Amino acid sequence: MAAVLKDRSMVLQKEMIANHFARLARAPETGEPVVYTFVPGNLTELIRSFGALPVLPEINALQSGMRKLSGDYIAEAERAGHSEDVCTYVKCDIGMMRSGNLGPGGLKLPKPDLLLLSYTGCYTFMKWFELLREEYDCPTVMFHVPYQGDGVLEPEHRNYMLRQLKEQVIPALEKATGRKYDEDKLRHHLALSAKAEDDLVAVLQAGKHRPSPIDGYFGTVYYVGPIFSAFRGTEEGVEYYRALREEVEQRVALGLGPITPDGPLEGERYRLVVEGPPNWTHFRDFWKMFSDEKAVVVASTYTKVGGTYDFGFRHNPDDPLGTLADYCSGCYTNLNLPTRIDMISRYIEEYQADGFLINSVKSCNSFSAGQLMILREVEKRTGIPGAFIESDLVDPRYFSAANIKNRLESYFQMIDARRLGKTA
Amino acid sequence: MSCVVGIDLGSTTTKAVILDENGDVLGRGITNSRSNYDLAAEVAKTEAFINARFGIIEQQVQATETVAMVSRLRRAFVMEQILQQLRRLEQLMLEESERSAPEQLKAAFRTSIEEICRRITLEEVQRFKQPPMLRSDFFRDAAGSAFMRIAEQIADPTGVSFDRLVGVYDKCIIRVENEPLDLDFRDHIGDALRRVGNPPGLADAVEYAVAKDLAPAYTVGTGYGRARLPFPKEQIRSEILCHGLGAHAMFPGTRTVLDIGGQDTKAIQVDEQGIVTNFQMNDRCAAGCGRYLGYIADEMNLGLHELGPLAEQSKRCVKINSTCTVFAGAELRERLGLGEKREDILAGLHRAIVIRAMSLLARSGGVSDEFTFTGGVAKNPAAVHAIRDLIGENYGERTLNISADSIYTGALGAALFASRIAA
Repeated sequence: MAAVLKDRSMVLQKEMIANHFARLARAPETGEPVVYTFVPGNLTELIRSFGALPVLPEINALQSGMRKLSGDYIAEAERAGHSEDVCTYVKCDIGMMRSGNLGPGGLKLPKPDLLLLSYTGCYTFMKWFELLREEYDCPTVMFHVPYQGDGVLEPEHRNYMLRQLKEQVIPALEKATGRKYDEDKLRHHLALSAKAEDDLVAVLQAGKHRPSPIDGYFGTVYYVGPIFSAFRGTEEGVEYYRALREEVEQRVALGLGPITPDGPLEGERYRLVVEGPPNWTHFRDFWKMFSDEKAVVVASTYTKVGGTYDFGFRHNPDDPLGTLADYCSGCYTNLNLPTRIDMISRYIEEYQADGFLINSVKSCNSFSAGQLMILREVEKRTGIPGAFIESDLVDPRYFSAANIKNRLESYFQMIDARRLGKTA
Repeated sequence: MSCVVGIDLGSTTTKAVILDENGDVLGRGITNSRSNYDLAAEVAKTEAFINARFGIIEQQVQATETVAMVSRLRRAFVMEQILQQLRRLEQLMLEESERSAPEQLKAAFRTSIEEICRRITLEEVQRFKQPPMLRSDFFRDAAGSAFMRIAEQIADPTGVSFDRLVGVYDKCIIRVENEPLDLDFRDHIGDALRRVGNPPGLADAVEYAVAKDLAPAYTVGTGYGRARLPFPKEQIRSEILCHGLGAHAMFPGTRTVLDIGGQDTKAIQVDEQGIVTNFQMNDRCAAGCGRYLGYIADEMNLGLHELGPLAEQSKRCVKINSTCTVFAGAELRERLGLGEKREDILAGLHRAIVIRAMSLLARSGGVSDEFTFTGGVAKNPAAVHAIRDLIGENYGERTLNISADSIYTGALGAALFASRIAA
């Protein structure tokens, strides 16, 4: 069965990622420059235009979580003095580095030539790179993206970002790579980004179909993997999203539900919207709690941390630096709470959801702050009761399967009872 | 007679409720969950059926003096059950001491165990002859406290010491609790009847109750241990739905339910049909749940049922912030060290757990009229007092419902679901 289920996109993704990490492992010999950066507000096209390879530490941390390595890494970081309250992505990364710095494929990760921090609402990112700077003794540049406190990007915010790009980020990249800024190259990558983004949005919005052909949370974290990590603005990225879109459109045509680790899900019973990142250490168990109940996530906010493309934004090759500024400021964690409430309410309406769930993770204040207010407001607006569970990103100690399962089952049964009540 | 059964496998206790064809309660049973849900479900169910048969006996006897005899018969029955378990405990303890005691102590060990069990038996028989007194329903509690007390009296620090006796007891009580013993109605009703002098009017009713066919048409399970129940999925309901429906059945005007159980607190909103419209539960931490009060009781060397009444004597409630179960002991000793009175600390602890519950209530949509408080903690007068105060302060006047059978709310809801499926 497993062989049949390996869609072309899955094979492509596996190859792309393996090649990328192999290239990273060879970077010390090939001399390809390496830039570390974070997913929200990543400037991949700009990095690529300098011929540099991006490394995304959160992706490595979540991969370690999925591969059941994060518990030991976190323990290692705590032995080195990091408090129990520090974000577990950070501790997982630090622990990985201290344990030989082997990346997801088991290959050694290269040292950074530059730490490029796009600041999009997460204060911890700043501290994280300060720690890495200590470890690697390498140059750092910070790109400060103003928080959209009033829900809009003001022209002076945009100018402030453009100035930083021109005066700080580009010079730092030039220095780290030894190459000159080439705007045509940047335009080339941006055009590729926009193509892939179109296809990604088609995939995400397929969740509006009944049955949904995708799981908009568990399945979609795989789908957004390439565009959120190293492959935005690349030919491989474009090819991957074209293949994925075709597969998903085919599933729509055939009226098929999403693919889960246990095979295709048939007989969709509950359509949900989810807010907050998933737990990675028990990712499959967590997913199974949904798929066993035939619950499908039709849309989620976490799958927009690397860009809110479904609300219309596309990278624009005609305004190369301006578009990067727009992109960064529109990242989910950079949006104020009313905007997030609007987004979730719209998802519930447009994707015809039966319910919504907040997974509040201990590590991430960028997500968790305000979630109870979001819960109450969305309930008020949509008239749909929300569920609230708590876990963590990659610390296995904070995933209580019995508690979470208990709450989810109760929630699904409540949806059933409400349906019966309405028809009675 | 056809009936349905609801079973609620809680973290601390397991409850069963039996309903007849009209949806009326025939019997209720409760036991400690003892980390063995399979057996706990069986024991609770057996207890509920025993209870149901006593109900039938009561219906059968008409003469007033015979009705009074039924409760005496019931006590005799319970005593027979206890004596049966005590005999088994004694047997196991004798075997255990024979196996593990040092050679030179074996004879003395045997004598000590026999003496302790002889005295407990006498106490039980004596207790039966006296007016009833409140105590725990569970054999472990009754036997345990008597064993400790007598062992302390007869222990020989240089020979069969208290520690040695307790060691053997601890090993064997677990086995007694985890063995399926013959504790059913038919097993002991004859002895119980003889014990109360075999009054003629009662004997006929007992015979009728023994012969009565009580066949459960359907069983629905709920609670933390529900996955252990040998039922298909559709016969298992989440405790949220069961508590909502159970509370609605007890008090049809209910719109908000608060359940404080052993390890979780649930705030539930229901509509006019008892359908859950929203709920919230405590996070992964069990701070401020029933188990917290259990630890506090242990730390103070009190029974759980004594905590509330003591707290009610408080004149000045101490402000307590932490409801962490793990730190409960430290918090308590700190306060005692500062010279605070026990009742004032307890009043503060009760208020603290209710403040935690208030946050869940707010999260689930507030407190509407009528408000029903369920779960083991609803038996505690100080918790009820704090709930009443805090709801008044935050939401104004609300009708507060608490049933004497509130611990059975989840099982009742499960039984109601069972009767819906059976219908």
